[in-house]
Amino acid sequence: MGKVLAVTGNQAIAEAMRQINPDVCAAYPITPSTEVMQRFASFVANGKVDTELVTVESEHSAMSACIGASAAGGRVMTATSSQGLALMWEMLHIASGMRLPVVMTLVNRALSAPINIHGDHSDGMGARDCGWIQLWSENAQEAYDNLIQAIRIAEHDDVRLPAMVCLDGFIISHSIESMTFLPDEVVRDFIGEFRPKHPLLDVNNPVTYGPLVLPDYFMEFKRQQHEAMLKAKDVVLQVAEEFEKVSGRSYGLFEAYRLDDAELAIVVLNSAAGTCKDVVDEYRDRGVKVGLLKPRLFRPFPYKEVAEALSGAKVIGVLDRAESFGGFGPMYMEIASAMMSNGTNPVMIDKIYGLGGRDFMPEHAAQLIDELKEILDTGKVKLYKDYLGVRE
Amino acid sequence: MSTTPLRLKELSKKEDLLTGGHRLCAGCGAPIAIRQIMLAADVPIVAANATGCLEVSTTIYPYSAWKIPWIHTAFENAAATISGVEAMYRALKRKGKISEEIKFIAFGGDGGTYDIGFQSLSGAMERGHDIVYVCYDNGAYMNTGIQRSSATPFGANTTTSPAGSVIPGKLQPRKNLTKIMAAHGIPYVAQTTPAHWRDLMTKVRKALEVKGPAFINILASCNRGWRTPTDRAIEDSKLAVETCFWPLYEYENGRLTINYKPKEKKPVVEFLKTQGRFKHLFSPENEHLLQHSQELVDREWEALLREEAMWKAEEEKEEQKD
Amino acid sequence: MKGWRELEIGAVTEAGSADEYNTGSWRAFRPRWIEENCIQCLFCWIYCPDSAITVKDGKRGEFDYKHCKGCGICAVECPGKKGKKAIVMEEEGK
Ligand SMILES: Cc1ncc(C[n+]2csc(CCOP(=O)(O)OP(=O)(O)O)c2C)c(N)n1
Ligand code: SF4
Ligand code: SF4
Ligand code: SF4
Ligand SMILES: [Mg+2]
Repeated sequence: MGKVLAVTGNQAIAEAMRQINPDVCAAYPITPSTEVMQRFASFVANGKVDTELVTVESEHSAMSACIGASAAGGRVMTATSSQGLALMWEMLHIASGMRLPVVMTLVNRALSAPINIHGDHSDGMGARDCGWIQLWSENAQEAYDNLIQAIRIAEHDDVRLPAMVCLDGFIISHSIESMTFLPDEVVRDFIGEFRPKHPLLDVNNPVTYGPLVLPDYFMEFKRQQHEAMLKAKDVVLQVAEEFEKVSGRSYGLFEAYRLDDAELAIVVLNSAAGTCKDVVDEYRDRGVKVGLLKPRLFRPFPYKEVAEALSGAKVIGVLDRAESFGGFGPMYMEIASAMMSNGTNPVMIDKIYGLGGRDFMPEHAAQLIDELKEILDTGKVKLYKDYLGVRE
Repeated sequence: MSTTPLRLKELSKKEDLLTGGHRLCAGCGAPIAIRQIMLAADVPIVAANATGCLEVSTTIYPYSAWKIPWIHTAFENAAATISGVEAMYRALKRKGKISEEIKFIAFGGDGGTYDIGFQSLSGAMERGHDIVYVCYDNGAYMNTGIQRSSATPFGANTTTSPAGSVIPGKLQPRKNLTKIMAAHGIPYVAQTTPAHWRDLMTKVRKALEVKGPAFINILASCNRGWRTPTDRAIEDSKLAVETCFWPLYEYENGRLTINYKPKEKKPVVEFLKTQGRFKHLFSPENEHLLQHSQELVDREWEALLREEAMWKAEEEKEEQKD
Repeated sequence: MKGWRELEIGAVTEAGSADEYNTGSWRAFRPRWIEENCIQCLFCWIYCPDSAITVKDGKRGEFDYKHCKGCGICAVECPGKKGKKAIVMEEEGK
């Protein structure tokens, strides 16, 4: 089943897009996601897809065109990073508020200033409240699998929300790994035909998109979006189950790694999870009961399930590859909320790491586990929020 | 496809595609232009609309005055939004999922077109989408309370270019957007007003007809911002044309035609004096500003005449060669 | 008013529904049609911002007072017959 090939993360994404064969793509170049659209443009130029590629003059226009195209009544995709996502920000809310299932790849990169082209999560985390479903990916395989599933999730009748699939810039987008592709027809059958809802192009049944909604109705529409997000969680699981049938690869809301009897837990997103897992194994060999939780679905955040998975942990170290200056990192906030609503009260610390592509090395993971262990032994916390891997 | 003759009797038999019950001010010029545009079209239209008076006042939930498929997303991106709609149309048509002939129009105010939406407009035109972009130019950000835009005429009193004791209103001349759009080398560019309904409708038809992007700039009176009585929209538009403040002209594949030349060009004060926004210009110490207003109009009008003459001379030369 | 479960998602709105909305109450002045002075030029119809002049089979009918805001454009633009306007504006409620 499927071809095994060594490719970069960007190539894997472009390949998924070729197989998905969306009706319209509108995109603008930015490192490190540029290669996705470059490759896709060559698919268009060589007739490998039937897509209309709209080479817009900015990311703001990219998302605007995606919204117009989606409302017109077809399948729409794009890709961006960092400043590009920041420029789209206004339009991200409009895509979700209009309930348009646009699917985007976000190749994560730091936000300026200072300008930096390398991977961190400040772009994606900055968009966490925009009403988009967010799936995060440890490696190229996950990014590829997530993107295909994202189509089904976003377009599901209970959901009808835009979705973004996140992967780490350079660390994943530009490094080669071996992964398994599904055959084209399997992807085609899995995603199925796009089912439009109130398409603008149905001139015989005209509708108005984007009216002015005053306080008398506004909250009802926000409540609907909240409902769609609640339902998205179940849809993610249903789609994952079907995906496993065609791919043999299984996905959940998150990955729990050696967590069952763990007293110490690390929570970490994306590529750094791979590094952490190796270090967790080393500590396990030494008898330290440490485990790891790697969220996959960040929006909607599966609070209950995450809290249950972490309920045995006494000390939790959350790794955040994004800052919230003057506050805790975004992942820490979610885990704290999860544990609070669960009623368990573990000690939790937050480590800001890997900003602007700063390497996250095994020794950083070891340093964190040592600190968690010390907290467990002494009951004392030095700093609830601190940096990991920064020079003094 | 049958085309309705451009006679009011015939046109009045068509369905009005903008209903009453919208909440633009009494006497607003914008809806007059919009009605005429949609009456001119004999094909189904899908429209995008930039944020602004027209958008806000025609679609207050749960009401919409638009009988055509219509979308508003944001302020600066009507051109990008319609690009996406048109791209989807091409995609679905190619795949045989749609068979109808549909045309695409984006509407934007002067703020949404000359200023914040300028980049997305330029991009959409350069990409060659088969769309018509219509700017209804009322010369300020009216929806947010009459702030100056780059389309605001020289000397006008707005809430961000107030006529004060030191600064007498807007100091800069209008940006000549119609010319800038012509410089994009797109197949059709025109300027008109709703007072000249036949001219407007003819231009809309040409714009819809050409393959590729077209741009029409329409002067649309705003009695609130221009500080005029509510019944002036058409009269002031006529004065704008009679004074050559707003000449009626078009570019067809780059070739300029002036569609109307007043027999006697009226002084620009005829246009300015009915509007409260220019009142301060008429105090004695501001005489020179009125003069400058006239110079600005003359300069543009004479440049247009020269350019048209050049085209004519060239065509005559071509004919002699035959 | 409808609750969130009943509303169409995404605030997608029915086309042309503003027709139901009454803007006639905005009027301070009311246009009156004087049929004998009317030459059926339809300028009033083409220049009305509020689609408030009814026309049937190419002939002007009554004002649509539910939508007419009383701006007076029609009265200004009406050529009338022999210098006599076919539309006059009168103070509302008088
Ligand atoms: C990004 C953004 N900036 C500012 C605004 C506020 N805003 C809404 S409408 C408007 C003015 C519109 O002016 P114009 O395009 O000339 O249309 P008009 O209201 O005059 O018809 C402004 C400034 C906005 N909605 N979005
Ligand atoms: S403020 Fe001006 S442009 Fe806006 S609705 Fe009123 S008259 Fe029309
Ligand atoms: S007064 Fe104004 S709104 Fe009423 S019919 Fe005449 S033009 Fe239309
Ligand atoms: S403008 Fe006057 S004359 Fe012409 S149709 Fe209307 S009412 Fe009759
Ligand atoms: Mg304006």
